[in-house]
Amino acid sequence: MGILVYADHDNASLNAATLSTVAAAKQIGGDIDIVVAGADCGAVAEAAAKVEGVAKVLVADNAVYANQLAENVSLLLADLGKNYTHVLGSNTVIAKNFLPRVAALLDVAQISEITAVESADTFQRPIYAGNAIATVQSLDAIKVITVRGTGFDAVAAEGGSAAVEAVDAAHDAGVSAFVSEEIVKSERPELTAASVVISGGRGMQNGENFAMLEKVADKLGAAVGASRAAVDAGFVPNDMQVGQTGKIVAPDLYIAVGISGAIQHLAGMKDSKVIVAINKDEEAPIFQVADYGLVADLFEAVPELEGKL
Amino acid sequence: MKVLVAVKRVVDANVKVNVLGDNSGVDLNNVKMAINPFCEIAVEEAIRLKEKGVATEIVAVCIGQKTAQETLRTALALGADRGILVETDAEVDSLGVAKVLKAVCEKEAPQLIITGKQSIDSDNNQTGQMLAALSGYAQGTFASEITVDGDKLTVVREIDGGLQTVALNLPAIVSTDLRLNEPRYASLPNIMKAKKKPLDSTTPDELGVDVAARTKTLKVEPPAQRSAGIKVETVDELVEKLKNEAKVI
Repeated sequence: MGILVYADHDNASLNAATLSTVAAAKQIGGDIDIVVAGADCGAVAEAAAKVEGVAKVLVADNAVYANQLAENVSLLLADLGKNYTHVLGSNTVIAKNFLPRVAALLDVAQISEITAVESADTFQRPIYAGNAIATVQSLDAIKVITVRGTGFDAVAAEGGSAAVEAVDAAHDAGVSAFVSEEIVKSERPELTAASVVISGGRGMQNGENFAMLEKVADKLGAAVGASRAAVDAGFVPNDMQVGQTGKIVAPDLYIAVGISGAIQHLAGMKDSKVIVAINKDEEAPIFQVADYGLVADLFEAVPELEGKL
Repeated sequence: MKVLVAVKRVVDANVKVNVLGDNSGVDLNNVKMAINPFCEIAVEEAIRLKEKGVATEIVAVCIGQKTAQETLRTALALGADRGILVETDAEVDSLGVAKVLKAVCEKEAPQLIITGKQSIDSDNNQTGQMLAALSGYAQGTFASEITVDGDKLTVVREIDGGLQTVALNLPAIVSTDLRLNEPRYASLPNIMKAKKKPLDSTTPDELGVDVAARTKTLKVEPPAQRSAGIKVETVDELVEKLKNEAKVI
């Protein structure tokens, strides 16, 4: 049995999400290979070779994979995937974008966002925004899977010494092209990787008021998130959204500010270790999942909190 | 240009679903159903393309039981021109749906296919990408802005940490993210008009597509419940608890 794990990266560094995906692969059991598809991505391959428990790193370093376009990368993965029993990716936008294509090219189903491994062909995954957990068995010879990182404890990034092998295949579908990318530069950690997250909801009233949360975040080394209500209201961009339709986070500490606690938001954060809710509405459903609830006006409580950290 | 929009009938987003006592699934009896929110955004985008004079015809496709006709009527009331119901009582997974849609696309030859990024019941996020792979088409997933320019489509995509713009050859597939648009409400006259719009019916068999399931759901359970903690009275008390009790700061 062999498992192929897709390395999530930006050509410069290996995304920590990959470490959780390798952890899921270890639970499935079998030889674990990592494939790195990119351009000038040697540093990523080196990092992947050090990951605990990896047998081999396949590196497809070619201009056609520079921006990891789904049309090209899926052809490569479908080609390599034929030799494995499992093909795994993280639940990042990159893997979610191309992995279903790989499954379709291999004529197999994809099992999305698994949170637990029961056996080599049976997995748990949340459905209905996490309001139900399905145990699903794959009937296909090759299992194509995305892994929800919060369900698995990351393997060590150091300590391995996998062999690195170049893959020459250059698959260019020729139907799509990268134009540009606007990445918001931030000193703060990525939402899904942060150990502390502070999120604001509709109660924040506008985008400017998120500056209050940023000040707290700076003191705690936290990432700043938002509820869908705050995104829909145009306060903040969608990539800050925590919830069923946004990012799934499970930090050590999650602070929900002015968030009522809609089902769809809870789906994105309820696996956090400690949850704090600050809301002036005592009846807000968020208090039903919070370890520490503070019924207070956020415009007074948040600056006070910042002052006392 | 012809635009094909795929729509799915799902439990209304505002309904809290309950797991059945025998763990065979969720209780769908007497539950309010609706068009999947991301599919609604897909229909809206197609209508906007038609209003701009880019799209000439909008075909809405739905795969499901006879009751899915209602979902197609919703799409027609919003502004789709005609509907196609691919009727089946089977629970069709994403690969099956993609194969059915491919068969429909071969007959209809749309230049642009718009799907939702995911349905809010199975939360798979697969169909658009699978259809694109089977058709050999380019894809613009998680779209927040699309522009048609001759035989090219520019898609702004929501990615981790920001936005990415890609240029795709047409025909292409777009999957919608939340901020692509805000869907309109169907007006009463349009709801009445929708009843007279053409709605064809076919089956996976007639299309020559095998939709046999590739996965088996062994059981469905409610998630682990989190119990409420305590209320603190002051910010001081909160900071003290986080430092000394929870030890997370």
